Amino acid sequence: MPQNLFKIHEKEYVLPGTRACQGCGLSIAYRFALKALREDTIVTLPACCLCVLHGLYPLTPVLVPSVNNTFASTAASASGIAAGLAALNRTETTVVAFAGDGGTFDMGIQALSGAAERGTDFIYVAYDNEGYMNTGTQRSSATPMGALTTTTPVLTKQQHKKDFLKIMEAHQIPYIATTTPAYPIDLYDKFVRAKRIKGTRFIHIHTPCPPGWQYPTKDTIRIGRLAVDTGLCVLFEVENGKFRFTGRSRTLAEKGNKLPVVHYVEKQGRFKKMSIEQLNQLQAWVDDRWEEYKRKAAESK
Amino acid sequence: MTDARIITGNQAAALAARLCDVQVVAAYPITPQSQLAEMLSLYVESGQLRAEYVRVEGEHSAMTVCIGASTVGARVFTATSSNGLLYMHEQLHWAAGSRLPIVMCCVNRGVGAPWSIFNDQQDSLAQRDTGWIQIYCRDNQEILDTVIQAYRIAETVYVPVMVCFDGFVLSHTMMPVISPTPAAVRKFLPPYKPHTILDAENPMTINSVLLPNRRPDAEGVLCDGYMEMRWKLQNALDRTMEAIREVNRSFAEAFGRDHGGMLWTHRTEDADVILTSMGSLAAEATVAADALREEGIKAGVVGIRVYRPFPVKEAVEAYRGAKAIILFEKSISYGYEGGLCSDLKAAFYGSGIQATIHDYVAGLGGRDVKARELVEAVKSSLARIQAGEKDLKTTWLNCATE
Repeated sequence: MPQNLFKIHEKEYVLPGTRACQGCGLSIAYRFALKALREDTIVTLPACCLCVLHGLYPLTPVLVPSVNNTFASTAASASGIAAGLAALNRTETTVVAFAGDGGTFDMGIQALSGAAERGTDFIYVAYDNEGYMNTGTQRSSATPMGALTTTTPVLTKQQHKKDFLKIMEAHQIPYIATTTPAYPIDLYDKFVRAKRIKGTRFIHIHTPCPPGWQYPTKDTIRIGRLAVDTGLCVLFEVENGKFRFTGRSRTLAEKGNKLPVVHYVEKQGRFKKMSIEQLNQLQAWVDDRWEEYKRKAAESK
Repeated sequence: MTDARIITGNQAAALAARLCDVQVVAAYPITPQSQLAEMLSLYVESGQLRAEYVRVEGEHSAMTVCIGASTVGARVFTATSSNGLLYMHEQLHWAAGSRLPIVMCCVNRGVGAPWSIFNDQQDSLAQRDTGWIQIYCRDNQEILDTVIQAYRIAETVYVPVMVCFDGFVLSHTMMPVISPTPAAVRKFLPPYKPHTILDAENPMTINSVLLPNRRPDAEGVLCDGYMEMRWKLQNALDRTMEAIREVNRSFAEAFGRDHGGMLWTHRTEDADVILTSMGSLAAEATVAADALREEGIKAGVVGIRVYRPFPVKEAVEAYRGAKAIILFEKSISYGYEGGLCSDLKAAFYGSGIQATIHDYVAGLGGRDVKARELVEAVKSSLARIQAGEKDLKTTWLNCATE
């Protein structure tokens, strides 16, 4: 671990003074992502938590050029930037789209599917805090079963999270990765790898959110790691169709010591109304996916 | 030697985009625009146009791609119709708010529900308040010339331009069109210079959130609030009128064709009654005016070419001597009257123009409007005015309203 730390680019591209919430998982993820991507990058982002992080005009703490766009249009915006740069022979610039789960799983899916099908040369990042957190914790299709949100305030979310990674896999793009700010080196490495690949790359960041998930702000890393330990967030890469576990998830797969989801669920206020039946369903959902990933890993060997 | 071709309106628009050396095209097919999108892909794939063609999955993305590409400094083009334009609506505001010189053709078509694939102008009229310049063309030559003019206007004032022409009536009708040489167009239209350069040397975030009030930057310089930015867009649209007039003048000098800047007139000098419309119907009105003159009625035509910004000054001059103004509009502001009628009345306020105005809604969803019908409509309006009727309500031409 310590020798890995030295390879992380020293320069900071996110200066102090962001408008993100205390303990924001996205702040950590964005900091390490930009360190990996470096200067020659253009970020495009919709109205989302990242837009809040970027601050209010005329000030921004972010040292990478960025363009705001509308909610449904992030991947199309990236397509336009990439096309414009290609027309001007500036193809060395990395185009990165950063959107939340609402802007990806829900409203942005059409533009993302279109851009991926066209093989647009860009990195699409879905930072998934499992709800419309910017607007006050409303339900999205990425919200897990049993979570309280402000639009599922009594009964909790009744459906499982949309398996978006499968949707992206179906697009047969060259690189898909999952990561978490709880393991910043894993995150950094995946952005470095993605930057070197041409075509559409998709990175899913499981992003703990203290106000939305209702846990103490000091616990962002702990919650993020618990998500990995319980298999709610599985760290992997799919490069040209080859699946492999990475980091902590690889260890868990090898040793078979994945924890029950209750260890993750009990630490967050959003699950306080979850029924035993929902907990069992969530566990079954996690186990199914875990087995599927293990099969894929074995097939890819 | 003159390069004269017999081509459709869609072909004229595509040819114009090629002559303007557009660098990025993003388009999604919709009747009656499809042929335009197809022509451009043929140009790109056959190497006649060096451009990135992004075959988007919908019109919202078509406009978004144009916004992204224009932001980084590429000259962009798109075209759409009807519900495609409505689907873009959010991005039309975004393009104008971003002050990007995007040029788009709107091949005018009625909007659903219920479905119609045929022509009227409800689609573009419904985008009136998006901050785009709107120019209406009356024939295929004007389409080609206006697209070229549109880039120079847009890139002078950093406001996007919608070049509107009637679906099928122009888009699918072949007419003789003179094509300027690429060299002449390049001389008329210098390369696009973006107002902002996005690069690592000078990082910035474009279009971030603004507070209601002005705010200082890191050096303490007070910067615009949301209202100042909105005012700048409005101010730019006002200034745009001069740019449109200037571009029209220099285009006429360079290519010998003058389509009128903000509006055009036909036999209005001594006219008692002025027929008015936009696009191909205004051209039809000139045939009607000539026929009325043969019957001894002093008729003329004002064709509104630029609908936004609205040509208040030119309108007041053009209608000054008229006793009656008869409008034919291919759209309606539901619950009131045709949008052009309201705008003209507002333009006349305080000008001393007291002409009686009669508004007709005509040709919705492709219903044919013949010059003869315009003649009859004008004669019936004049009879009612002579009979002392003051308050002439909007009339739906050739429509079963019982």
